Amino acid sequence: MDGVTTAGVRATARIEAGDDGRGGTSLPVLEGQGPLALRRVRGGGSEARVMLVGAMSGPLGGDHLTVEARVGPGARLRGGSAAATIALPGQTKGEARYDVRLDVADGGELCWLPEQLISAGGSELSVSVRVGLMGGARLVLREEQVLGRVGEEPGRLTSRLTVRRDGRPLLDQELACGPGAPGGWDGPAVLAGHRALGQLIVVRPEFEREMPAARPFGEYAALTPLAGPAVLVTALAPDALLLRRVLDNALGDLT
Amino acid sequence: MHLDHTHDGPSAVSADARRPDGRRRALRIGLGGPVGSGKTATVAALCRALRDELSLAVVTNDIYTREDAEFLLREAVLPPERITAVETGACPHTAIRDDISANLEAVEDLEDETGPLDLILVESGGDNLTATFSRGLVDAQIFVIDVAGGDDIPRKGGPGVTTADLLVVNKTDLAPYVGSDLERMAADAEAQRAGLPVVFQSLRTGSGVTAVAGWVRERLAAWTA
Amino acid sequence: MSRAALLVLADGRFPAGGHAHSGGAEAAVRAGRITGAASLEDFCRGRLHTSGLVSAALAAAAALGADPVALDAAADARTPSPALRVAARRLGRQLVRAARATWPCTELDALARQFPKGAHQPVVLGVAARAAGLGPEDAAYCSVYECVSGPASATVRLLSLDPFDATAALARLAPELDVVAHAAADAARRALADGVETLPAASAPLLEIGAEAHAAWPVRLFAS
Repeated sequence: MDGVTTAGVRATARIEAGDDGRGGTSLPVLEGQGPLALRRVRGGGSEARVMLVGAMSGPLGGDHLTVEARVGPGARLRGGSAAATIALPGQTKGEARYDVRLDVADGGELCWLPEQLISAGGSELSVSVRVGLMGGARLVLREEQVLGRVGEEPGRLTSRLTVRRDGRPLLDQELACGPGAPGGWDGPAVLAGHRALGQLIVVRPEFEREMPAARPFGEYAALTPLAGPAVLVTALAPDALLLRRVLDNALGDLT
Repeated sequence: MHLDHTHDGPSAVSADARRPDGRRRALRIGLGGPVGSGKTATVAALCRALRDELSLAVVTNDIYTREDAEFLLREAVLPPERITAVETGACPHTAIRDDISANLEAVEDLEDETGPLDLILVESGGDNLTATFSRGLVDAQIFVIDVAGGDDIPRKGGPGVTTADLLVVNKTDLAPYVGSDLERMAADAEAQRAGLPVVFQSLRTGSGVTAVAGWVRERLAAWTA
Repeated sequence: MSRAALLVLADGRFPAGGHAHSGGAEAAVRAGRITGAASLEDFCRGRLHTSGLVSAALAAAAALGADPVALDAAADARTPSPALRVAARRLGRQLVRAARATWPCTELDALARQFPKGAHQPVVLGVAARAAGLGPEDAAYCSVYECVSGPASATVRLLSLDPFDATAALARLAPELDVVAHAAADAARRALADGVETLPAASAPLLEIGAEAHAAWPVRLFAS
């Protein structure tokens, strides 16, 4: 199923994190494939750290990449990427797909903080991030999208972020932008010309007792408590750097 | 209204006289009238006059949301949980007449959260002479005008002046200064109102809101009879 | 079914509280993002394809008889802004009141009982459409139309915009309303088989962010 074909690359990376029984986290599964290479990096304390290292450019049109991470009871995993992911137009027609599946068990904790996804001109990418949490799981998840490289019109980008907790929907957000997206995406109700957008979701069981209050971060970002023990920070910015600053500030406020 | 249909839900659909638990709900009296005629001051005076003998609450509908509610809070006429504000989308008459749903939620929530209540005053945002309360929202309505708005207002008529259960002509202490003819206003009002009562009041002098408070007590006695 | 029932339900004067909500237009006007008929139209277009599609699909699914509790949870997950969730539930409660008086039926009574503080408005709209003998397309049409007509009439009041210009903008959006209403009804039919989580989830970041800013204003004309 792997390798480069005329239909594009299909590759899956898998991570499984478990409690090692000595107060740390083991990684019984750490499998990269094709352009999705994984490295364990030195971590702090009980947490295991994994870096996604791009071995090829992409995703390109027709590619289908999947990343799966499972965090077992009591395990703590921090995932990141070494560089931004750039969606590019491919040799083959058709959109690329990038699927991320994250599951966290009771008592497990996942911090998934990848670098930006950049939608380059002419690319077509559909991103799906699906998170399944058990009731006692903790999550920090960041998603950042940059529409076009500097001075470039963006490609077509569709992304959906779904978080379920104990099988119930907690957050479901879809965004479509770029050429061919439904009208108004760059207008006054949706992005209003901003080229960097991000979401940060933090799920903590203790929010059941005390929920952070809604608050704005300037004119183009807000922290919003969800209808479960979780908050979402939604932010728009002119560029990736300013976006990261807002999301880092918001995360700093929560910890 | 709609008494032919049994509502087993948590709230009645309209002006049903009884709450879902079977108790008689609070009497609802609306106060409408032009901007600046003294509606909020009359509400504040009524609250002071009645709060020791009745359990009461207020809904305000100011077009600049919360201003009237904050005035009442500043004046400390009622505890904050007994005052609620309804946004009217820049159309105060719509919120009290054509689409009363937000006000109905507000009066029911007040009864749920601070009840049992005897009386809820629903104050309209300042509007024009044609604005009246729906009978689906209030059981009786007071229309407040003032002598400084022109002594020809009773003669002009309009639904507020002619049909309100009580017409209040406010700020009578100002009449000499603005050249308003109180006798003419009284005669015009009588001609327009086919026997419905009119009260001339000044909240700054004389007996203040006493006459209006007395009228409210009569309505309440009839409501609970 | 009576086709005219759709006109009753879709009438801007249907007494269910919509007149006091701007659909985000008050915040967008204050922020300078809506300044006239052209930017109003673009605002409405963006709203239509995002929260408009989501609401219409929820309404259509409810009109088809999908479980209102599951739909309400789906609506919560699609509405990160607590200010917008509060507004949707207030409007839902007002609509259930108006609909029960207009088309008395046990499903609406049950909905009022299940959600004493209100279900999300699109869910109530779908059940109301069902009570009026209407179908999923009707519910979706009703939903997409109020999604754009609300901001338009609010902007007329907020900017003293020429009402003819605002109405012409709505007319220009009509072909897109058709597309979104049918897409919503199709999605609702698929969701009956595949589960309500497959319903559209299109989001509009500035509607969510703007709603939070608006809710914190001490003085405002519209409830949302």
